[in-house]
Amino acid sequence: MVKEIERAGIAVVHICTITPISMTVGANRIVPAVAIPYPLGDPKMPHSDEVALRRKIVEKSLNALATEVDGQTIFE
Amino acid sequence: MIKIVHYINQFYAGIGGEEMADHKPEMREGIVGPGQALMAAFGDAAQITHTIICGDSFFAENQADATATILGFVEQIKPDVFIAGPAFNAGRYGVACGSVAKAVQEKFEIPVVTGMYEENPGAEMFKDSVYIIATKNSASGMRDAAPKMANFALKLARGEEVKASIIDGYLPNGTRLNFFEEKRGSERAVNMLLKKMAGKPFTTEFPMPAFDRVAPAAAIKDLSKARFAIVTSGGIVPKGNPDRIESSSASKYGEYEYAQIGSTPQDVYETAHGGYDPVYANVDSYRVLPYDVLFELQKEGKIGSIHPKYYTTTGNGTAVKSSAAFGQEIAEKLLADGVNAVILTST
Repeated sequence: MVKEIERAGIAVVHICTITPISMTVGANRIVPAVAIPYPLGDPKMPHSDEVALRRKIVEKSLNALATEVDGQTIFE
Repeated sequence: MIKIVHYINQFYAGIGGEEMADHKPEMREGIVGPGQALMAAFGDAAQITHTIICGDSFFAENQADATATILGFVEQIKPDVFIAGPAFNAGRYGVACGSVAKAVQEKFEIPVVTGMYEENPGAEMFKDSVYIIATKNSASGMRDAAPKMANFALKLARGEEVKASIIDGYLPNGTRLNFFEEKRGSERAVNMLLKKMAGKPFTTEFPMPAFDRVAPAAAIKDLSKARFAIVTSGGIVPKGNPDRIESSSASKYGEYEYAQIGSTPQDVYETAHGGYDPVYANVDSYRVLPYDVLFELQKEGKIGSIHPKYYTTTGNGTAVKSSAAFGQEIAEKLLADGVNAVILTST
């Protein structure tokens, strides 16, 4: 899905935990996530911290979308 | 007697499904789960003396630690051969099998064998490093896969010559082997042409490598003017899964409007995905579908606008062909609505 959407000319950022799979599939902008069952959260955290964590990851993804890349890039 | 250590995940060990995927590596004496099928093929020629078990999520999220622990187990036993899986089309399990097999091969210099379906992401990552026997895409292929893996493992253990991938049944690993064909080239070529003209299936002797890479799209110049959409392979659907998106091998995707922010996520959403522990996403779907913060960022003027629907499927054993088709359809809809950028989340 990442590739076909990007092929259509839409910029895509892939947020995922197992970044090597994303590299293999062919995503160009990759942002690492927290864990497989909760990529954008952490049930161990108080709710407000969890939202802040999610916002940080989404902001990082927006930053990735605003950054020119030559090839596959993981935004750590 | 050839001594074998076998690696499997928590599911095949009978420990549990996704709710047990955080199971830490352990080693048991003897045969567990699919080891039975391998042993049936070995007969008296080899013995699985120990089975190493690790949860798929634990391995994926703690790869360095898990690998070190597993190598420690293998060191204690000093097997002649190491077998992992088969993983069929299970993504995390495939990556774990490939990764563990490669580490064992490098550290102990013993033969290793694993088994996977060709579309398993672990196959693409490890087929050039370790022998991966080609399997079907689900556990129903065990009866077929186990003897192939067992026989190939025996062959490696005995130091017998490895034949071409098409003969020995492993995924092509880029190594070319010379051998004499029974029929000469002109005859084979004419036969192939006749089949092609008759519209019958034929197998090329020179497959072209499939480099399917997409060039990165240009960066979004001004986030505050861009239009965004969220797509997920994490299977977040309205409560009750109205379109009945399958928990694995999805044949469709769903498109849904966002529930009002402020509604309790567990009252309106759930996950249909059968490939990860659903507890956390069922309680709070924002953990997979982060539209709460995206709308917040829009309100603050940091991003322009948001497409009113999100797109979702379950990326669990779903065929590459289906996923590509979903992606194309979704892209058309997004383009028609003037979307510039997509946040795609995966579990």
